[in-house]
Amino acid sequence: MKDSRRSFLKIAGVSALGLTAASNAHAIGEYFIPSEKAIKDQKVSTADRWGMVIDTRKLNHETNKKMMEACHVTHNVPTLPEKYKKQEIKWVWEEEYSNAFTEIHNEFQSEEAEHAPILTLCNQCENPPCVQACPTKATFKRADGIVLMDFHRCIGCRFCMAACPYGSRSFNFQDPRNGLEDGKPTNPQFPTRTKGVVEKCNFCAERLAVGKIPACVEVSEGALVFGDLSDENSEIRKVLKENYTIRRKASLGTGPSVFYIV
Amino acid sequence: MLEKALSGSRNYWLWLAGLMAVIAVAFMGYLQQWEFGLGITGMSRDVSWGFYIAQFTFLVGVAAGGVMLVLPYYLHDYKAFGRITILGEFLAVASVVMCLLFILADLGQPTRAMNVIFNATPHSMLFWDALVLNGYLILNIVIGWKLLEAERNAVPAPKWVKTLIYISIPWAFGIHTVTAFLYSGLPGRGYWLTAVLAPRFLASAFAAGPSFLILLCFIVRKVTKFDPGIKAMQTLMKIITYALIANVFFFLCEVFTVFYSKIPSHMAHLNYLFFGHGDKAALVPFMWTSMFLMFSAIGFLVVPKIRNNEKYMPFLCIMVFIGTWIDKGMGMIAGGFVPNAMHSYTEYTPTPLEILITVGVYATGFLVLTILFKIATKVKEEVNA
Repeated sequence: MKDSRRSFLKIAGVSALGLTAASNAHAIGEYFIPSEKAIKDQKVSTADRWGMVIDTRKLNHETNKKMMEACHVTHNVPTLPEKYKKQEIKWVWEEEYSNAFTEIHNEFQSEEAEHAPILTLCNQCENPPCVQACPTKATFKRADGIVLMDFHRCIGCRFCMAACPYGSRSFNFQDPRNGLEDGKPTNPQFPTRTKGVVEKCNFCAERLAVGKIPACVEVSEGALVFGDLSDENSEIRKVLKENYTIRRKASLGTGPSVFYIV
Repeated sequence: MLEKALSGSRNYWLWLAGLMAVIAVAFMGYLQQWEFGLGITGMSRDVSWGFYIAQFTFLVGVAAGGVMLVLPYYLHDYKAFGRITILGEFLAVASVVMCLLFILADLGQPTRAMNVIFNATPHSMLFWDALVLNGYLILNIVIGWKLLEAERNAVPAPKWVKTLIYISIPWAFGIHTVTAFLYSGLPGRGYWLTAVLAPRFLASAFAAGPSFLILLCFIVRKVTKFDPGIKAMQTLMKIITYALIANVFFFLCEVFTVFYSKIPSHMAHLNYLFFGHGDKAALVPFMWTSMFLMFSAIGFLVVPKIRNNEKYMPFLCIMVFIGTWIDKGMGMIAGGFVPNAMHSYTEYTPTPLEILITVGVYATGFLVLTILFKIATKVKEEVNA
C-alpha cells in the first residue's frame, strides 16, 4: 500500500514537472506554428501567403555571399569538408542564369545576362510536389504558404528531393555537426539537425514568429522584397505591379512564391 | 513443414554457411552506414537515389514476375505450370523481402520507418507502395504455405486460398504499377515523366522474373529429385520472348516521343545515358551492353528451335536478366537524376561499401529463397516418391 502511494506521488511529481517543461517548450514550438496568444503577445508577422521578389539586377557575388552566409549562420547550415562537396547542404545558393531558369534559354543574350548570379532558394510553392510526395507529412504547407519540415518525423526516404523540380532540398548524408565549428551551432536559438533527414529553406519561419523578416532579406541591400502576396496594399504587391517578373519553371504549375525581376 | 529445411546435403549447408558469412560481412558494412550516415554511399544532393533504390525497383519486377506462372495456371487452366506455381510464389516472397530490406537500407532514419503507417499519407505514392508490397508479401507467404501443405497431405487446399490467389493476380500487376508511379508522377524529371513507364516496368518484369525462375528451375533440377518439367520451362521462354519484345517496344516508343518532339529536358537524360555529356559518361557502356543483350536475346528468342533448346536456355535467360537489370536498375534511377533539376550534370557511382551492403541484401534474399525452395522441393520429392 505504502509502495503504491509512493509510486503514485512519484508519477504525480514527474507529471507536474512534465507540465512545466511542456509550457516552457510551448514558446519554442511557437517558432513553427504560432498560437493565437503568441500572435497577440509577441509581434508575430502573419500573412495569408508569404512571398519574395528577387531583383536580379541588384544581385552580385558579394551580396549573394552575404545573404547566403546570413542564412546559413542563422540556421546552423554546415560547411562540410571538400570531400563531401556533392553531399553539401544548401538553403539558399547561387546559380547561373541558365541553370536557374532552365526553360527560358534566350539566344544572343549578353555575357552578363547569361552568367548572371541568380539567388535560388525554396520557392515555397502553392502546390508543392514535395508535400505531395512525402509519405509521413514531415514536410507540410502551413496556412501562410510556407512549406516546412518536421525534422523529427522525416524518415529520410528522399522522395521529396526527387519530387522537387528546383533542387531546393538537401539531405543530411552525415551528422551536420561535422560541418559546424567544434560541432556547436552558430545560432543556439535554432535546432541543429540529425543525420538522415532532409532540410531546406523555411522562409525564416522562426524569425517571422517573433516579428522579424528573413535573415537574407535583412542583409540584401534592397535586392530582396519580402511580404504578404495576398495583401493588395503590401510593398511586395506594389513591386510586382511595377516590374516584369518571372518564376522558375512556372509551366509545371507548382506556383512558386518567389518572383524574379530580370 | 519448416523442419524440411533442417536436413540437407553437405553442399546445402555449405551454401547456407557461405550466404551467412556474406550477410555477416555486409552487416558490418551496414553498421558503418548506420554510424556515419548515407554519406558512405556515392549518392549526392543531385543523385539522391542510387544503387539501393535501383535494386528495389528491379526486384519489385522479379516479385511481380511470379504471376506469369500463377495467371496461366489459375485463369487458363494451363496444367504444365501446376507443379511449379509454388516456385513463383516463393520467389515473390524472397524478392519482396529484398525490396523491403533495400528500402530500409536506403532510409536516412530507418528507426522511423513505421512513421509511414503511423502518419499514413494517401497522397504519397510511397505510402501505397508500402501497403501493396507488404500485402503481396503476406499473400504469397499464406498462399504458398497453404498450397504446399495441401499437397503434402494430399488434400485439396481450402477454398479461401483460391480467393487469395485470385486477389494476388491483379495485386502483382499492382505492385509494379505503384512502383512506377513513384517515378512517373514527378514534375520536372523528364526521364520518368511518361505514362509508358508503368507498362514498361511490367513488361520488363515479365521478362526478368520468368528468366530468373527458369535459371532456378535448372538449379532445382540439378540439386534435387524434383523435375519442374521442360514443357513449363519452354512456355516460360515464350512468355519471356513476348515480354522482352514489349519492353523494348515501349522503350522505342519513349525514344520516338522524346526525340521527335525534341523537348530538351526529355532528351537530355537519354542523351546522357547513351552518349554521355562531355567527359561524363559513366553509364554509356552499361546502357549499350543492356541494349545489345536485350536486342540479341530477342533475335535468338523468336526462333523456337533456339529458345526451346535446353542447352541455350540458361544463356538466354542470363542475357535477359542482365539486360533488364541494367535497363531498369542503374539506368532508370541514375538516368532520371542526371542531369539534375538545374540541368547540371553530377554523376553517380556506387561506393564499394554501398555495393557490399547491396550484396548482403541479395545474400539475405537468397537465404530466404534457398530455405523456401528446399521445403517446396522436399515436399514434392516426398509426394512423388
